[in-house]
Amino acid sequence: MITTPRSGSGSAQSPRSPSSQPYLSVSVTDPVKLGNGVQAYISYRVITKTNLPEYQGPEKIVIRRYSDFVWLRDRLFEKFKGIFIPPLPEKSAVEKFRFSAEFIEMRRQALDIFVNRIASHHELQQSEDLRTFLQADEETMERLRFQETGIFKKKPTDFMQIFKDVQSKVSDVVLGKEKPVEESNPEYEKLKHYVFELENHLAEAQKHAYRLVKRHRELGQSLSDFGKAAKLLGACEGDSLGKTFSELGVKSETLSIKLQKEAHQLLMNFEEPLKDYVRAVQSIKATIAERANAFRQQCELAETIKLKEINLYDSCLLFS
Amino acid sequence: MMGSDNQGFEEAHPFASREEMENLVLDDDSTATANKSYSNYRSARSLSPPILVTPADSDPLLSPSLYPNAPDHNNNHNHHSSYIEPPSYADVIFSPFDQNSGNDNNTGNEINGIESTNQFPDSPISPSSSSDYLRITVSNPQKEQETSNSLVPGGNTYVTYLITTRTNIPEFNGSEFSVRRRFRDIVTLSDRLAESYRGFFIPPRPDKSVVESQVMQKQEFVEQRRVALEKYLRRLAAHPIIRKSDEFKLFLQVQGKLPLPTSTDVASRMLDGAVKLPKQLFGESTAVVAPHEVVQPAKGGRDLLRLFKELKQSVANDWGGSKPPVAEEDKEFLENKERMNDLEQQLSNASQQAETLVKAQQDMGETMGELGLAFIKLTKFENEEAMYNSQRARAADMKNVATAAVKASRFYRELNAQTVKHLDTLHEYLGLMLAVRCAFSDRSSALLTVQTLLSELSALQLRAEKLEAASSKIFGGDKSRIRKIEELKETIRVTEDAKSVAINEYERIRVWKAFVSLSAFYGYIALSKSAKDASLVALLEFSYRKSKSPLAFNGHENNRTELERLDRERQADFLNMLKGFVVNQVGYAEKIANVWAKVAEETSGYANDST
Repeated sequence: MITTPRSGSGSAQSPRSPSSQPYLSVSVTDPVKLGNGVQAYISYRVITKTNLPEYQGPEKIVIRRYSDFVWLRDRLFEKFKGIFIPPLPEKSAVEKFRFSAEFIEMRRQALDIFVNRIASHHELQQSEDLRTFLQADEETMERLRFQETGIFKKKPTDFMQIFKDVQSKVSDVVLGKEKPVEESNPEYEKLKHYVFELENHLAEAQKHAYRLVKRHRELGQSLSDFGKAAKLLGACEGDSLGKTFSELGVKSETLSIKLQKEAHQLLMNFEEPLKDYVRAVQSIKATIAERANAFRQQCELAETIKLKEINLYDSCLLFS
Repeated sequence: MMGSDNQGFEEAHPFASREEMENLVLDDDSTATANKSYSNYRSARSLSPPILVTPADSDPLLSPSLYPNAPDHNNNHNHHSSYIEPPSYADVIFSPFDQNSGNDNNTGNEINGIESTNQFPDSPISPSSSSDYLRITVSNPQKEQETSNSLVPGGNTYVTYLITTRTNIPEFNGSEFSVRRRFRDIVTLSDRLAESYRGFFIPPRPDKSVVESQVMQKQEFVEQRRVALEKYLRRLAAHPIIRKSDEFKLFLQVQGKLPLPTSTDVASRMLDGAVKLPKQLFGESTAVVAPHEVVQPAKGGRDLLRLFKELKQSVANDWGGSKPPVAEEDKEFLENKERMNDLEQQLSNASQQAETLVKAQQDMGETMGELGLAFIKLTKFENEEAMYNSQRARAADMKNVATAAVKASRFYRELNAQTVKHLDTLHEYLGLMLAVRCAFSDRSSALLTVQTLLSELSALQLRAEKLEAASSKIFGGDKSRIRKIEELKETIRVTEDAKSVAINEYERIRVWKAFVSLSAFYGYIALSKSAKDASLVALLEFSYRKSKSPLAFNGHENNRTELERLDRERQADFLNMLKGFVVNQVGYAEKIANVWAKVAEETSGYANDST
C-alpha cells in the first residue's frame, strides 16, 4: 500500500500524457501563517491536476488547513473500513515549535504524501469526501469541519465502548462464558503479531534517529563555539601560533555550518520517513482494532437476536 | 582498554548498551569461533602487537583481515584499527605526542593507553647539557595505617604511592631510587616550593579532595590521583630550577618521613594570630614586623596587623595623590601582567569549549551506536518474521547500514579518546596560569611590603624627631620621654632592617644583579645573608651557567626569564596540540567517510530505482 515515492508532488503521470489515461495528481504547497496570537494557524495551498470526469476541470486550487486534513482522514476511516488509511502527521504539542520553519516544512511534506497516497489508492481515490476536500470552497469546508465534531462525536463513543468492554468482560467471567475476541486464523494472527512487534522496533529506531539529529546539531554548535574561542585565543598569542589558532577557528565555524546542514538533511530524509512508517503501522493497528470491533459488534448483535428469538418463542407459548 | 589516562572524560563506565552492541553483533550468525575471535581482537587492542584474527564468517565487523592493513608503527598498537586504512592521515594520527622526540625528560614516548606523557618538553632550550634526564614514575598505591596517636580507634588509613626516580644528574645521590610518599607530603613539598621560589611559575599541585577519607576507598579515585601526582612531579622535574631544588631532592630521595616542615594548619595559625592580637591591640602600637617575616607575604590569622597596614598602603597607592616611595615602574612587567591576564581568560574560555566539544563528540558516538543497534534488532526481527523473500533482501541491506553505523560509532569513540588527550594541553596550561598569577602577585605583594615599611619608617622617624624636639625643651631631659625616644629608636632600627630585607626580597624577585666576574659571583654568595641561601646558590649557578662566560649579563629578571620560558614552552606545546588535534580529526573523518561511502555504494541500487 505504502509505496509512493517521496517526491514533492504527485503520483503517476504528467498532465501531458494522452487524456485517455486517467490521472489524479495533488500537491500541497506554500504554507502561510494566518490569524493572530493563539488563533494563528498555517494554511496550505492544495493544487489538484486531473482529467477525471468527477472533478471540475483540469486544475483546481484550494486553501486548506491542518484540521481539514484531519477531517478527511476521519471520514475515510469511517467510510472505508478495512482499508489502511494513510497516516497524518501529529498535532504539535509544543506551542513555540509550531511555527518553526523546519516543523512547517516537515508537516507540509507529510501532508503532501498523505493526500497523494489517497489519490493513488484505487478505492480511496473514488471517495466523495476526497473530492469535496480537493474542490470545495473554504466556507463549505469550514462548515463541514464544524459539523464533524458535532455529529460524529468520536471521543464519547470511544468512552462508551470502553465501558461496554469492561462490562462484557466482567459478565463473561461471572457467567463463565468464553467469547471469541475476533475472527481469526493462524496467518492473520501471525500478521497481527508482526505488525505489533514492528511498531516497537520502528519506534525505537525513530527515537534514535531523532537523537542523532540532535547530536549533529549539538556537535555543530560546540564546534562553532570552540572555533570562536580558538580565534580569541589566537588573538592573545600572536605570530604564527596566533594565525594557526585563527585558522582553526575559521575552519571550525565552517564545519559547524556543514554539520547543521547535515542535521537538517538527516531530519528530512531519514528521521521523517521513519516517523512516517511508525505512523503507518499505527494506522494499520487502528484498522485491526476496527476489525475486532466489528466482529464483536456482530457477535453481540447475534446474541441479542438469539435472546429476542427465545423471548418470542416464550411469549408465543404463553399466548397459545 | 583505554581507561587509565583519560580522567573523567572517557568511558569510565561501560554502557550496558555497548556491551549489548558488541554482543549482539556476534549473535547474528554466531558461531563459537566467531565469538572467540572477536574477544581476542578486543583484548588485543590493549596489548602489543595486535592479534589479527580470521573469523569464521564474513560479518564485516568480525573480519578485520579483509582489509589491507597500513604499516604498523612501533608506536602504534592500541588503536591500530584493522579497518580500511587509506594511506593519508590515518597513518599519522595514532601517536599523539610523537613530535616530542628528543625530549629530555621523557625517554621513550609513552604510548597512548599506558602512561600520561610529559606535557612540558624542554625541547627548544635546555638549561644544561641535553644528556641530563630526570625521570619519575608514580606507582603501586597502598593503604597504610596511621600508627601513632589516632583519636579514633581502628585508626586512620591513608594511601602511599611508590615514587621511583631515574636520573643521571650528579646532584642526586645515585641513579635510581624509590621512596614512599603520601598525598600530604606532596602538599608540603608544594607549599615549601611556593615559599622558596616566589616569583617563579611553579606548576600547581593536584587538588585535595574534599571528602578525603570516603573517596579514598574508591579504586578509580586512587588511580586518578596516581596519574595526577605523576604528571605533577614530572612537571616539577621539567622546570630547570626547581628540579635541582633542595626541597625536590629531599622529597625524591629521603626514605621514611619527609624532612620538610609541614604546613601549619589553619587552626594553629589562628591560634597564633589570636595570641598576637592582644599585644597588637593593647599598646605596643609599634608592633614590629620582624625582618625574617618580611620575606613572606602577609598571611591571614598571624599577620593581621601587617595585613592591615599593607592594605592601608595599597589604598594610599591607589587613591593617594603622591607617588609611593618605590613604584612599580617596570612597564614591561605591567604589560606582561596584562597579557597574562588576558591569556588566562581566553584559555579558560577555550578550555570550557573544548570540554563541550568532547562531550558532543562522545554523545554523537553513543547515539550512532545505539541507532545501529536498533537497526540490527530490526534486521533480526525482519529475518525471523519474514513472510516474503523481499523482506529478507531488504533486511540484509539494512544490516549493512546498521553495521556501518556501529563502525562509525567506534571511530567516534576512538576519535574522542585522542581528542581528549590533545585538548588536555589547554587544561594544563590553564592550571599553570594560576601559578603565573601567583608569581606576579608575589612580586606585587613584595613591593607592597617594601612600600608599607618605607611609609612606616618615615612615620616613625617623624615621631622620633617630634619627641626629641619636645624633650629638648625641658631642662635636664624628660626621663619618660627619653625612654620613649630610646624605644622608638630601637623600633626604627628593627624596621630599617626589615626594610632592607624586604627590598632585597623584592629585588630578588625582580632583578638579578649583574655579575662582572667569577670572583664577584663567589663574593656575592659569601655576602648573602638571606635565609634562602641554598636556593639562591642554585639560582645563581643556573644564571651563571646560562651566561656561559664570566662576563656579566645585565638585568636578568626572574619574572622575565620565567615568562620567556613559559611562552616558548606554551607555544611549542600548543602547536603540537593543534597539529595533533587537526590530524586526528581529519584521519577519523576519512575513516568514517569511507565506511559510509562503502555502504552507499552497496545500496546504490535503491538510488537508481526511486525516481
